Order: sequence, then C-alpha cells, then structure tokens
Amino acid sequence: MALLQISEPGQSTAPHEHRLAVGIDLGTTNSLVAAVRSGVAVALPDARGEVILPSVVRYAGNAQPVVGQAAVAAAHEDPLNTVASVKRLMGRGVADVKRLGANLPYEFTATESQMPRIRTAAGDQSPVDVSAQILRVLAQRAEQTLGGELAGAVITVPAYFDDAQRQATKDAARVAGLKVLRLLNEPTAAAIAYGLDKQPEGVFAIYDLGGGTFDISILRLHRGVFEVMATAGDSALGGDDIDHVIAEWAMQAAGVTDDADHRLLRRLLRDARAVKETLTQADRAELCIERDDGSRWCDELTREDFHALTDPLIDKTLLPCRRALKDAGIRADDVQGVVLVGGSTRAPRVREKVAAFFGREPLGDIDPDQVVAIGAALQADILAGNKPDQELLLLDVIPLSLGIEVMGGLVEKIVERNATIPIAKAQEFTTFKDGQTAISIHVLQGERDLVTDCRSLARFELRGIPPMVAGAARIRVTFQVDADGLLSVSAREQSTGVESTIDVKPSYGLTDAEIERMLRDSMASAEDDMKSRALRELQVDADRSLEAVRAAVAADGESLLSNEERARIEHCLNELAAARDAIDTDTIKRAMAALEKATETFATRRMDASIRDALRGHRLEEFSE
Amino acid sequence: MQVDLAQNYFELFGLPVAFDIDVADLSTRYREIQRRLHPDKFSSASDQDRRLSVQMTALVNEAFQTLKDPLKRGRYVLRLRGIDTGEETDTAMPPEFLVEQMELREALDDARYAQSPLSRLLEIGKELQRATDDRVRQLSSALADPSAASQERARCLVRELQFFHRLHDEIEALEDELA
Repeated sequence: MALLQISEPGQSTAPHEHRLAVGIDLGTTNSLVAAVRSGVAVALPDARGEVILPSVVRYAGNAQPVVGQAAVAAAHEDPLNTVASVKRLMGRGVADVKRLGANLPYEFTATESQMPRIRTAAGDQSPVDVSAQILRVLAQRAEQTLGGELAGAVITVPAYFDDAQRQATKDAARVAGLKVLRLLNEPTAAAIAYGLDKQPEGVFAIYDLGGGTFDISILRLHRGVFEVMATAGDSALGGDDIDHVIAEWAMQAAGVTDDADHRLLRRLLRDARAVKETLTQADRAELCIERDDGSRWCDELTREDFHALTDPLIDKTLLPCRRALKDAGIRADDVQGVVLVGGSTRAPRVREKVAAFFGREPLGDIDPDQVVAIGAALQADILAGNKPDQELLLLDVIPLSLGIEVMGGLVEKIVERNATIPIAKAQEFTTFKDGQTAISIHVLQGERDLVTDCRSLARFELRGIPPMVAGAARIRVTFQVDADGLLSVSAREQSTGVESTIDVKPSYGLTDAEIERMLRDSMASAEDDMKSRALRELQVDADRSLEAVRAAVAADGESLLSNEERARIEHCLNELAAARDAIDTDTIKRAMAALEKATETFATRRMDASIRDALRGHRLEEFSE
Repeated sequence: MQVDLAQNYFELFGLPVAFDIDVADLSTRYREIQRRLHPDKFSSASDQDRRLSVQMTALVNEAFQTLKDPLKRGRYVLRLRGIDTGEETDTAMPPEFLVEQMELREALDDARYAQSPLSRLLEIGKELQRATDDRVRQLSSALADPSAASQERARCLVRELQFFHRLHDEIEALEDELA
C-alpha cells in the first residue's frame, strides 16, 4: 500500500524536493536499513548505535513483540515464542517446513492453507507476520533518524528466491505499511555498493554466503547497464549450517540426541556460532554442553577439525558457482572482480576457497554485513526520483523456469530460467468437453520435468469461457513476470474476445483477503480511520495521475494527439480534478478509470515515440564516435 | 491494455527484416530502448504507465531473445513470411541429415563410457558447433533467395538446427551429470 506523499501535486517534480527512501536488507540472521544521507549511503543505527538488527522476534501475550537483540537474549529462555531465521520459511509450504523441521525449535499449527503458522504466546504467526514485524522496526528507525515519512523502500531478496518467496517478502512489506519501490537481488545491490557500475564494463561474480542462503550471481556491466547473466545458489545453505554441523559434532560426542530440551539445543547453537567466530582468528576453541541431567561435557575443536567438518559445506557452494559460469557462457578467468557478501564470508577458509576457484583475490573492503543494504539504499535513492540524471539500469533475470502442468504429471516450461525480466509468454489452451466453461491451470517453478519435483506456485481457474464444442475455444493465457520477478496471469478467449477471469490460489502465499485482514489487525485504528486513510491514498493516486497526464499532454500532446483525442483527455482530466475532492471513493475510482481509458492510446504512442527517440540517439552516437 | 503488437520484432529495433544481423548492433539498440522503457524508470509514474512499461519491456526482451539467436531468428523470419516450420509435426528429414544425426547421437551415447568422458564430450560439442555454424550459413543464403524451393530448404534447415539445439542441451546435461 502506498504511503502518503507530503508534497502538493505539481511540487513533486520540483528539483530540490528530496523524497525519503531506504534500502532494507531483510536477512536470515540480521537485517539492516540504510539510506543516502548527504550523498553517501550509510547503514542507519538504532538509539544504541547498533546498525545490525538481529532478525529475531519474540512474542509475549498482548504486549508488542520484541525485535532484535533483546529477543536474541531471551531466545534460549523462551525458544517457543522466539522466532529466528524466519526468512527460511518465507514462501515455504508446510511440507517444506517439516523437511527443515529437525533444526527448528518451534511448534507449528496445522492450518487449512499451505502456509505454516508458528504457535506463539501472541497467537499463531505466519512467516509474513514475523518478517513484517522486523520491517516495521527498521522503518520506524529510518523515519526517526531521517525525520519524515518514507516514500518507499528497496528490499533485497536472494537472487535465487522463487516467485512464492518474493511474493511473501512483498506481502510482508505491505503488512508493515511500506511501499516497495523494487525487490532487488542481493548480489546486484552488493555490486552497486562497490560502485562497479562506475566502471565502463566488465563481468563480475558476487559470492554471497549469508546466514541461511547462498547465492552466486554473474553480472555483466556494459555502458551503464547492469545485466544479470546468470544466478545460481542454494536457498537452504548458509552460515547457520556451519553452526549446525558444529552443534551436531558436539551432540554426537556428548551423547545428546535431537529430542533434547529446546533450550539446550538453542544454547548449543549459540555456542557453536561463538566457536565458529573464534576460529576465524584462533587455532582452537572450546565448546561445552550442560546435559539435561546437569552433567557437563567439554571438548576442544581445532581449526583443522573445523575445516574437516565445514569444508564439505563450503565446497557445496562451488557447484552453483560452476553452474552459474556455465549458464553465463564464461570461464572463471573471464571474471574481473569477485565481491564477497554475507557475514559468513569473513571466515578465512571461505575467502581461501573462493580465491582459489576464481583465481583472484575477492573484494571485501566494505563490511560484508552492510554491503547489501548500502547498495539497496543507493538504488532506492534513484527510484524515488532523487537522481533524475542517473544512467544506471538493472536488467534482472528470472532465477528458475516457470512452467505449467500437462498430461502425465509433466511440466511444460513457459519461461526459461535466466530469461531477462520483465517477460511475457502466451500459451493457448482449449476445452476438451462440449460446453466447458472453465479450465484449471497449475503453475510450477523449477528445472525438473516432473510436477512432483518442482515447486507448485499457484492454481488458476479460468472461468467465463463461452460455451462451445470441445476444442473450439482458443484461450490465450499470458504469463507475465514483472521487474520484481513476480508472476501475474491474464487470459482471453481468442475467437470471442471474452476476458476470462482468474481465481488464484497461491500454493504457499496469502490471498489478498488474508493480507487485508492482517493489515486491519495490524492497525490500532478503527474502521473509520481505515476508510479515511483509503480515501487519502486514493486522492494521492489521483493527484499523481493528474500530474503525470498533464505533463505528458504538455510535452507530447501537440505531436501525438488529434484535437478530438486531446479534448477527450482534457475533459477526463477536469472530471477527475473535480472528483478528487469527493468523499466517495467510488466516484474518484470511476474518474480515474475514465482518464486511463482516454489516455490508453496516447500512453502507448508515447512509449513508441520514446523507442524511436532512443534509436535515433543511438545512431547519432555512432556518428560522433 | 494490450501493447501494439502490429510492428514486428525487426521494426521494433528499427532494423530491416533480414536474417543477417549484427548482434552487437542489436544489443546496443536493445540497451538504448531498455534505458528508456524499463519499469525502474517509471517507479513514480502513474499505474497506467507502469503497467505499460512492464508490457513494453517484456515485448522488447522477447524480441531481443528471438533476434539474437540464429535458430529463433530463422524461425521468426519464416513465420513473418507465413511459413510454419512445423518442428512438432513434420518429422520427415533428408536422409543425409538422418545419418549425421544418428552418428552424433551414437557418439554422445558412447561418450559416457569413453576413457575420459568430459574431453570426449568437448570434442562432440566442437563437432556440433561446426555443424551448427554450417547450417546457419546455409540458412542465411536460403533466406536471401525468395524462390519457393529456397524457402522449403530454409524450413528444413531450421528443423535441423532445432535438432542440434536439443543435442547441445543433452551434452550440457551429461556434462553436469559427470562433473
């Protein structure tokens, strides 16, 4: 949902108006918020000077949930109500969670929907709720530090996140009341932070080993345009796994089993992490376990043993590296720079292995914990319109193929992995029964051939197909993936032109109705407040449309519109300007729809003209070179 | 709202409809257009402009993917001339091609058991690349000649390229499996 802009219409394009926008790294272990201040992107600290907010939320009865360090401190006392690493659950189904379950000390409630809910003292919480809590704290911090309302945020996601995981992230922002300017891939953000976009051109690898996810991206920069050539990774591999293998080593040695007390397991994980951190400097570290019966076990882990335990995990990251290079069609020595992201890349062993693989020392002088948030802040500043002359453009790719289920439980791919987004692909379907008026379509994401090996994203029901004999209907279904990597679907019967309606049942996500409900629940205000807020937001939208269309008419009306068309648009503008102050949201909506319809062709012509212009510029450039 | 699809992919980039294309020039044109139309340039614009920008960039991306790849480009040029390449339905191929395809496939099947499977795969990959390059050259001259026989020849070449393309995917899959 859009946040209210403070400025009056007409002023928002004024050269000195600065809109507040932030970059948020919503991480598995830690989250950060950063913003451009006095021209420099910096991570914003809390009141105590800490920039890192541990991604941990503790729920307690009716009180406000506690987020961050205080929640971490309470984690081993109150494990069931303290949710950590929730990013791993984002966009995941109940079955996925069961698979991860061995290491998750929460109780999940069985729900009708596929989305898992964690049972806490403050009621059942979905991963989206938990993430929204973290986002709220960061947004508040930013508004306090920057002294104003945020126009929007760029939120980073692993490049490898599938549609369900991206959607869940965007939903969390919506629940937290943040306008998402863009979901940005973490590696791309890191490249921006290092200013790699300032170089004339080159190919770069971004190695990101975070708490719970691993990503490798190959980016190509060419004349100010960043292109993701390939991405690969493992959305369930990270620094947490290193903690887990250390903990498992200790449990085995101490004879402690998986079903031990939650508190003991939680403490052990904390100690295992400390051991890992100690071993980045020291040659050995001690680990102790207090068993349920009060007895104590202690042992020392040498760096050599540590390597033996963790090398297989680090080596596991090199497989996606190899695949990404291959997908990009390049060799390791074509890479001109390797950027390290994520706290886990502080480990000397990781740096060693990455350097050996790429045959060059990686870049690491920006704090690997902050680099993503800093890059996101730079991009947020651009998207908020604070840098109108900015040439940087990010062309992202879809990380996993999209397909639909066909006969025999097989998947037919519609959009191939690593295709540049936005992308739209159309597919035609027909009916197999006389008079059939509905068709159901199952959308999947993944590289495998069998439905059971891919992730189910959603089931679509196409309704309102005109009754015809079997096979006569030609329903063209368009799958569109936007710049955030999110899928939307539209359908049209070709022979009659009837638009079919689509009911979406996201396999792991929330329905719009559920989000509305969460939004309402999250607001302390009464229904009236909700209504007046909705009205104000609509007015802001109306103002934005008025402003945009007026500017467009002023610029291109002369060359691209007939007198009649122009008069029609002017009429609709006046109608909307009058309706804008109505109390009734429907009147405003109608006027906006009318204006949109009147400007449809004009908008298309302007884009076309823009293309012509771009190509003309290109030819001029060639002459001057 | 539907984006105007009347203009073909070549016109979209301001290029004449022709199989022979300078891919570097195409890439430059592609980036210039993206610079203007990408949704990031419209993040503060009206909903209508944002939607339109997504649709237009989707079209431009699809056009670029089609034109930069010789197989897809050849297929597209034929489609613009009203000729369906019929890869799914038409499986009749010239006998020389069938022999060539059989040999390549057998080589691939045997590669797994070769002394050094990966270097054997590399050799087959090179052979395949040579065959592909040769077909692309033939396709270029076939499409430049407007005679009906030439169009039929082009149609056949596209189907052959499609076969090579699948074989290339299989080599990659086997490489992944062996690595």
